[in-house]
Amino acid sequence: MTTVAAGLKKLTMVQAITDAMRTMMRENETVLVLGEDVGVNGGVFRATDGLIQEFGEERVVDTPLAESGIIGTSVGLAVNGFTPICEMQFFGFIYPAFNQIMTHATRMRQRSLGRYTVPMVIRAPYGAGVKAPEIHSDSVEALFTHVPGLKVVAPSNPYDAKGLLIASIEDPDPVLFIEPMRCYRSGRTEVPEDKYSIPLGKAAKVKEGTDVTIFTWGAMVQDTVQAVQKWEETHEEVCEIIDLRTLYPLDKEAIKESVEKTGRVVVVHEAPETGGVSGDIISVINDAAFFYLKAPVQKVTGFDTPVPVYSLEQDFLPSARKITAALEQVLKY
Amino acid sequence: MGADNQFPVIQYVNEAGSLKQDEVKLHKEQLYQFYFMMVRARMMDKKCLNLQRQGRIGTYVQYEGQEAAQVGSALAVEDGDWMFPTYRDHAATMSFGHSLRNLFLYWKGRLEGSIPPEGRNIFPPAVPIASQLLHAAGAAWAEKKKNSDRVSIVYFGDGATSEGDFHEGLNFASVFHAPVVFFNQNNGYAISVPMEKQMKSKTIAQKGLAYDIPSLRIDGNDILAVYHETVKAVARARSGGGPTLIEAVTWRYGAHTTADDPSKYRDQQESEIRRKTTDPLLRVERLLKNQGWWKEEEKERMEAEITKEINQALKEAEKFKPADIDELFDHVFAEPVWPIEEQRKQHKRLSREGIQ
Repeated sequence: MTTVAAGLKKLTMVQAITDAMRTMMRENETVLVLGEDVGVNGGVFRATDGLIQEFGEERVVDTPLAESGIIGTSVGLAVNGFTPICEMQFFGFIYPAFNQIMTHATRMRQRSLGRYTVPMVIRAPYGAGVKAPEIHSDSVEALFTHVPGLKVVAPSNPYDAKGLLIASIEDPDPVLFIEPMRCYRSGRTEVPEDKYSIPLGKAAKVKEGTDVTIFTWGAMVQDTVQAVQKWEETHEEVCEIIDLRTLYPLDKEAIKESVEKTGRVVVVHEAPETGGVSGDIISVINDAAFFYLKAPVQKVTGFDTPVPVYSLEQDFLPSARKITAALEQVLKY
Repeated sequence: MGADNQFPVIQYVNEAGSLKQDEVKLHKEQLYQFYFMMVRARMMDKKCLNLQRQGRIGTYVQYEGQEAAQVGSALAVEDGDWMFPTYRDHAATMSFGHSLRNLFLYWKGRLEGSIPPEGRNIFPPAVPIASQLLHAAGAAWAEKKKNSDRVSIVYFGDGATSEGDFHEGLNFASVFHAPVVFFNQNNGYAISVPMEKQMKSKTIAQKGLAYDIPSLRIDGNDILAVYHETVKAVARARSGGGPTLIEAVTWRYGAHTTADDPSKYRDQQESEIRRKTTDPLLRVERLLKNQGWWKEEEKERMEAEITKEINQALKEAEKFKPADIDELFDHVFAEPVWPIEEQRKQHKRLSREGIQ
């Protein structure tokens, strides 16, 4: 067993997420957890494991099986003094709640000129690659970055997951927090036991580089890191990897700074290409760093198809080979 | 037994103005208060319709004919309670304390119009259908969690009972025993679609059975039935008895909105007949006459007072400061985000250059 420094714990991402909720529930008694199977069962991914034992069923609520009901009721709880953390069992099950998110949760502040506000976090496991049944693997973050009044956050590792979730719970407005389920138990890293937060809207530089920047988030971060490590063994160019972490609002400064340095860009996401967040990243580059570009931006994304059933999901997902092919394309231009 | 027999329409005062319930004690002052509030609501509705025709407000949603349902139920809730109206429920919100000036502002397309007076919990009108039932369940559940005795009342129409959120709202309130009064105004039409095309259910009240929620069907044009039955539902909610579903059977005389022509889907003669028979104001007038309490000059005094109030509110609304573009940008998030700030700056720069 590896030694862990004092005040640190080795946690998986799903444990870090539980830890964030536990931390905030201990500190702030208005924080509630609501969702399907989040109580006694601790959530289908065990993200709420142990919370009902510590905080009781008044604060950790097994709701009826109704996503619109969970979000809509939470709007009422939020305007009346509570801070609900709603679990959507899978991101692909969020669609019945879309109306509540689009027409109420995210515009109540505006519609009431600040009289009523909705401090709420919607957590949703997302992404392909775990051989899940149909509809369970969707990556539809772009449907939500398009919703005015909603912040969209996607952690890629346990440390960020805890800090970003705490920041999301403390945010006075609705936050959609999407959790790459492929990373839930893919590794443990050291996570502080105490409370800390990572500001929303700030990207992280995963790897310093000089010749090309890869922008990505969620489960694609690890795939990109692995692809680049292997690729750099046989190439002299050095890649910079930026984990965006927050998809709305994007970290414009981080994008600008990196593109000004490298002048070459690849965007990797597993969501379908058209209307994906890659478009917004390219738009930021266009506005902020256009004259620094040495080559057209390359995208490695999912297809404009439904996320396939698992026999084909590896074809759908950006692979190490596709990422390095894009690197070569953008470097040889 | 059919559901229409199971849920007979509860009436306190019949169309002729005779009292049908022995246990109700009539109070002259209260009847005059009910009457005043309904006249006020009707005059406000007529004023808004005229203003829309003159182009002084935007598309307007009438409620004429539904005054008893809205006023009677609104008078049954108190300070600290939560009201969740739709866009057709300003007779309820104004009776609960919403300012007439702000109602005018709302129909003039101003966000300020949705702001209730301090201390009054009135949500901005729900525009999507039935979504507000869940907000009412959530806000009421929050009151329960805070160990308070405050409740929610939420308004919705007959068409709303076809939406998923109606069922989810009733189910969540039932499961969590939330203190909510679900106040349905069944006016028979969802825009153009009559109730018999909307559902095979004979009543809306029977839908509460599925959620084990006490449910009742009342004459929504009988303000005594509305008021007393809502008071009972509110008292049950306050004392930990959970939600109630009230179906108030009523009728809108006019169109769905000023953008709609009801003669396309129904014979408007029906409205003319109802004005002389089932009208909610006429019924109280008849009751007062039957009691020997009616004074024609009192009605005239009321109308003069209300006209003054409405004109004053309209004057204030029309001289209200112009809409400010910053309001749009200021209230999306508590803390500014750069895309919105850039858009604000760009818009203002273009405006200065005369580009809009």
